[in-house]
Amino acid sequence: MTGSNRGGEVSIRDLSKSFSLGGRRLAVLRTLNLDIRSGECLVIVGASGSGKTTLLRILAGLEAADSGAVAIDGQPVHGVGAERAVIFQEPRLLPWLSVLGNVAFGLEVRGVPKRQAEERARFYVALVGLAEFADAFPSQLSGGMAQRVGIARALTVQPEILLLDEPLGALDAMTKIGMQEELARIWSEENVTMVMVTHDLEEAIYLADRVLILPKEKGGAARLIDIDLPRPRERSETRFVRYREELLREFGLH
Amino acid sequence: MTLQHIDRPITIRASRSESGPGDDFLRLSGRAAVRCLSRYGVLVGFLALWQVASSVGWVNAAVLPPLDMIITALWKGLAGGSLLGDIAISLQRAGIAFAAAVAVAIPLGLFMGQVRPVETALDPILQVFRQTSALALYPVFILLLGLGETSKIFVIFWATLFPLLLNTTSGVKEVDPKLLEMARVYGASRLTVFRRVVLPGAVPSIFVGLRLSATTALLLLIASEMIGANKGIGFQVMNAQYNFQIPLMFAAIVILAGLGLIANQALVTLQRRLCRWSNPVN
Repeated sequence: MTGSNRGGEVSIRDLSKSFSLGGRRLAVLRTLNLDIRSGECLVIVGASGSGKTTLLRILAGLEAADSGAVAIDGQPVHGVGAERAVIFQEPRLLPWLSVLGNVAFGLEVRGVPKRQAEERARFYVALVGLAEFADAFPSQLSGGMAQRVGIARALTVQPEILLLDEPLGALDAMTKIGMQEELARIWSEENVTMVMVTHDLEEAIYLADRVLILPKEKGGAARLIDIDLPRPRERSETRFVRYREELLREFGLH
Repeated sequence: MTLQHIDRPITIRASRSESGPGDDFLRLSGRAAVRCLSRYGVLVGFLALWQVASSVGWVNAAVLPPLDMIITALWKGLAGGSLLGDIAISLQRAGIAFAAAVAVAIPLGLFMGQVRPVETALDPILQVFRQTSALALYPVFILLLGLGETSKIFVIFWATLFPLLLNTTSGVKEVDPKLLEMARVYGASRLTVFRRVVLPGAVPSIFVGLRLSATTALLLLIASEMIGANKGIGFQVMNAQYNFQIPLMFAAIVILAGLGLIANQALVTLQRRLCRWSNPVN
């Protein structure tokens, strides 16, 4: 469906962001520098309050940084853009549209005629395994199915960069593992740059080319860890477990 | 061995389905009867008690006439045409007022819900107007607009406006901001967000307003027709009472109840049509 090497490079320069909380300034991102390669899967982890969701929202164009710059394929980012799509923690489906209608929504909003939009949507509904449910309403779906609709909607607009904000955070453990496998498959098939926030270290190792660990305390530096494992990955493999221990150590938990 | 294992359940199922339909039919019709009884039992009991109490003489039949007399009066009024004119004029008054309220309240409510400063500016005066009883203002409207149709329609319009306006506004305001953000991420313009997210999201709340307003419209219709009217169902209720035509009075009341039920049912049906998503078919 998509060519190789189609852009989707992100460069983040000296990015800072702080919030005021009860009269105090709370810095969540401090002069972050990062280059995300085209087509890679970068997973961001960090303790709560480390700014991982903020970083993702800045990349999405939903929030502005205090200082610093983000550029995608050399173009500075101001606001949302057609080359990016976001998958939220909640599916955020429109309850009055069918599964197909929801998946086609992104394209229709961008001016693609309904017929054409639904045709392309049908392909992605099938890709996430919901072909039989194309006419169902969101209220009839389980949490995992609803999230898959959200994923299909994002894929349908064929973004260069897919931004995922704890997309599997609300799912039960069994569904979650299945969906991680599905995300890995989609990522390899769609050839898209994926930036994902999670608090699940195993999920990070399972999916990531590189894991970005955001520091919580002042003065701490962000760290990047390459996950050098063949795909599809095996969770019980020794090296997988070792990466897990390494990440736990980063959080001072091991 | 294996065959037997497969065979047996099939035989059992077959024999069960042979004796099944009769049992099932009984059980299903029994369940339907129970459901019907639990829903309408009290209503039927109430009507039966009325009939018996009135014809046996437990209550004064001159004040509470038996149901058959009321039905006879109703039939005479409808078939003879004497009540049809009243129904027509009442429907016209309520209909015009309700339509005007819809035409004003829904666009204004959508606008107020979208543009915060407008809502902030208008809310205090609307709250004052809303809390002032429309009936108390009716004499003012009569002074301003005369005792004719205009003041009647206006008082109904006034009273129906607010439930619809407030429900429309809150429907727009309560659309999930996460859905709005989602639409924004896909690059939706303000107009598209409004058309594709805000408006459909507000529809259930608008219907709550419509149903409240329909009830209010009938209430105010009767009140306004009891003051200075010479036609209309509300007038008939009062007039029949003055002339001690008690069965006719009850016939007019029954018509009112019927109109209320029909209006509500029509709106419920329309809502089901438009919002199939909110009550999925099983």
